[in-house]
Amino acid sequence: MKYTPHTPDEVREMLSSLGLNTIDELFSDIPEEIKLKRPLNLPSGMSELEVKKHLANLAAKNGSADKYTVFLGAGVYDHYVPAVVNHILLRSEFYTAYTPYQAEMSQGVLQSIFEYQTMICELTGLDITNASMYDGGSALAEAALMAVNQTRRDKVLVLATVHPEYRSVVKTYTWGPEIEVVEVPYKNGIVDLEKLEELIDDKTAAVLVQHPNFFGQLEPVEEISRLIHAQKGLLVVAVDPISLGILKPPAEYGADIAVGDGQALGNGLSFGGPHLGFFAARKDLARRMPGRLVGLTTDKEGNRGFVLTLQAREQHIRREKATSNICSNQALNALAATVYLATVGKKGLKEIALQSLQKAHYTYERLIGEGYEPLFTGPFFKEFVVKVKDEEEITQKLLKHNILAGPGISRFYPELAPALMIAVTEKRTREEIDSLVEVLGGDR
Amino acid sequence: MGSYPLIFELSKEGRTGFELPELDVPAKDINNLIPEEMQRKTEPDLPEVAEVDVVRHYIGLSRRNFGVDNGFYPLGSCTMKYNPKVNEDTSRLAGFAELHPYVPEELAQGALELLYDAEQYLKEITGMDRFTFQPAAGAHGEFTGLMIIKAYLEKKGEKRTKVIVPDSAHGTNPATAAMCGFDVISIKSNDRGLVDPEELAKVLDNDVAALMLTNPNTLGLFEEEIVKIAKMVHDVGGLLYYDGANLNAIMGVTRPGDMGFDVMHINLHKTFSTPHGGGGPGSGPVGVKAHLAEFLPVPVVEKDGDRYYFNYNLPNSIGKVRTFYGNFLVVVKAYTYLKALGGEGLTDVSQKAVLNANYLREKLKKYFYLPYDRLCKHEFVLSGKWQKEKGVRTLDIAKRLLDYGVHPPTIYFPLIVDEALMIEPTETESKETLDRFIEVMLTINREVEENPELLHEAPHVTPVKRLDEVGAARNPILRWSKDWQK
Repeated sequence: MKYTPHTPDEVREMLSSLGLNTIDELFSDIPEEIKLKRPLNLPSGMSELEVKKHLANLAAKNGSADKYTVFLGAGVYDHYVPAVVNHILLRSEFYTAYTPYQAEMSQGVLQSIFEYQTMICELTGLDITNASMYDGGSALAEAALMAVNQTRRDKVLVLATVHPEYRSVVKTYTWGPEIEVVEVPYKNGIVDLEKLEELIDDKTAAVLVQHPNFFGQLEPVEEISRLIHAQKGLLVVAVDPISLGILKPPAEYGADIAVGDGQALGNGLSFGGPHLGFFAARKDLARRMPGRLVGLTTDKEGNRGFVLTLQAREQHIRREKATSNICSNQALNALAATVYLATVGKKGLKEIALQSLQKAHYTYERLIGEGYEPLFTGPFFKEFVVKVKDEEEITQKLLKHNILAGPGISRFYPELAPALMIAVTEKRTREEIDSLVEVLGGDR
Repeated sequence: MGSYPLIFELSKEGRTGFELPELDVPAKDINNLIPEEMQRKTEPDLPEVAEVDVVRHYIGLSRRNFGVDNGFYPLGSCTMKYNPKVNEDTSRLAGFAELHPYVPEELAQGALELLYDAEQYLKEITGMDRFTFQPAAGAHGEFTGLMIIKAYLEKKGEKRTKVIVPDSAHGTNPATAAMCGFDVISIKSNDRGLVDPEELAKVLDNDVAALMLTNPNTLGLFEEEIVKIAKMVHDVGGLLYYDGANLNAIMGVTRPGDMGFDVMHINLHKTFSTPHGGGGPGSGPVGVKAHLAEFLPVPVVEKDGDRYYFNYNLPNSIGKVRTFYGNFLVVVKAYTYLKALGGEGLTDVSQKAVLNANYLREKLKKYFYLPYDRLCKHEFVLSGKWQKEKGVRTLDIAKRLLDYGVHPPTIYFPLIVDEALMIEPTETESKETLDRFIEVMLTINREVEENPELLHEAPHVTPVKRLDEVGAARNPILRWSKDWQK
């Protein structure tokens, strides 16, 4: 299948307008010694019919949420995506556009990002939000870099309860600029506050917290906030946006920067991507923000309009002095989040959070009733960990009943194994939960 | 036309567009589940609208936007080719779109096979030995690539501090190098628009970690001395990084791996037709030669007999640059395209992309100054300096193009061309479309003479007129506020 429209006659005509006879002459500036001089050793192309079949066959080999009941979480959650989201995303005026450099013909994308920025500010309570980052992990890493630049300190504390993949990304990002990253140990599934207090000093740029944390537990964010601010460092918190339907907005407990993964906001599981990372901060940090920002302005007739703004922070202007090298954002995923939040509205978001909370606790209570032991006993939102006899065995047993749960904790915290993570969203029905409990119950 | 309401301004208290099933488990008092001091006390000010309000609002916004499906989009350096519709369909198959990243590997065999097979395609197209799909964009790929170089050098016990970039490079190159902790050394291009081996020699020493190069470069010109350049860099122990932004020009003709590059990224959203999404999601897979494979981010995809698996066992890996496996659904789109085109189709892409660019270059150079007048690859850069002498800036020309329903070229980049207009037609545009663009450009050129005011005031037919960017930056308003309602 080719998507080039040229007829052979047109090719000849165009070549002759250049004084050339063959296509090969267009590449005469490439030295012979590095020319390939053979066809690419790749399979022949396929018709659309064939390619669709091939991809459908591959897709069918996967155990996706249309075939399995999903209690898997750990950063990616099976929340319901209203139909309207995909229909808006399929508007090709949005999805086939580039970054809105030409504002007058890109008001659709620009305004949708402005609405997105507003919504994330509303959720987090913070003053400003950028146009989005790649994902939650890279957003947290960029927040660490921003905190270092803002405070001119070169040490960052990260709680060991932060998603292990987020921590890994933070380590990669901080290695180049030689920022010291210190992990703060946990105690009963949340930060060990005594250890944290010991580790925070006047060299600490920020403490990175996830709340609810990787285990689903709620962190003592008020205390953490007090401790880090006493030493004039910044509080960076990674949050689950759905949880903000019922949990206190980060600004209210003193977060200076709030980030997170926006997957749960109208983006599917997607085998982990693309999602979006959101990034919100206090107003006075605006000029250190990474990424795109959309601002309000007017045209010469006084009409309201939107443009990319404060671009003097960015790589295409500042080059090596930019706040980050990030060039794109996840605009289409941010649009999904915007349409999602517009559709569910303030009442809907609260209801989704409450139902996830109630169903997760119902699941938890039932498992405890079956004799399971929780790994941690603190308050949690929609995810928790229970001890099991054998992670692999129980996972396989659940699969036989078309249930996906986990992951097993050994994957990231071998010292806590064997235990199983379980996440419950508003999508799970009592019947599905009871089936999970029944399968697990028989194992006790 | 004119101002358009924000979704918040459509909100009516008590209106809803969403409903969940009744809670079917016993409800507990929330205060017994979440400590009161951790609870939210005030609701976020999200809009309260009906579903039809949402639909009309965002359809309205889509009509105030312009994509490749609306018309010609010769935005240089961005490869705004047509995005085949089948890619959208395959990436929405439930087996991909509803797949959790932590399913056991036996339930992800289709996804793993796709990643594995896509890697084989990229290896053959580029001449590299291994790829990772983890980077989410081109700049993210650059970051990954430079970190790999840093890890490689440090393992050798070398702490090199410098990265060289030509003055024609994308802004992301120096920004990335700085982010990775390197000092950036910029070198001037020669009068042919290419890297000057003599200038390069002056800055090459044992502190050089890498040279970052785009080839063809941002002027659309092939770096003819690339073999010599590669040897010079390698001779001082440095590595070569290939910015794959312009890969669309050379598929099936030459390969970065054969030119001497050690590391590269590819923009799947450019060369492999995945849509740009209004700024993302993209995907920036990174390819390396064999000697750098041990430093790739984890996991990499391997095959053992009929079974595919994630290999996390790379002790020298730079770690992760993003959670999970990258922008997987973008890879699905690119893979669909690779399968559809095959080797012959991909070669045809580059041939037609270069043909289209040269055709436009030849037709326009009489009317717009062409600083580097010779064969180009997939794009070329004009200068608006003749028009500037008549009081019309490149910005005005760009804004006037909007009135003709054409997305303007990239402007004021690369920085080494005064009043630059960087034009990349891509291979999916027909001769008719190119001829119409030529006609529009000539019309605008006539308007420069006859009615410059028309250009200064442009655009005229867009939903909003020329926007005040300076004002927006001086007094940044980055969110809607309730207080706006009078």
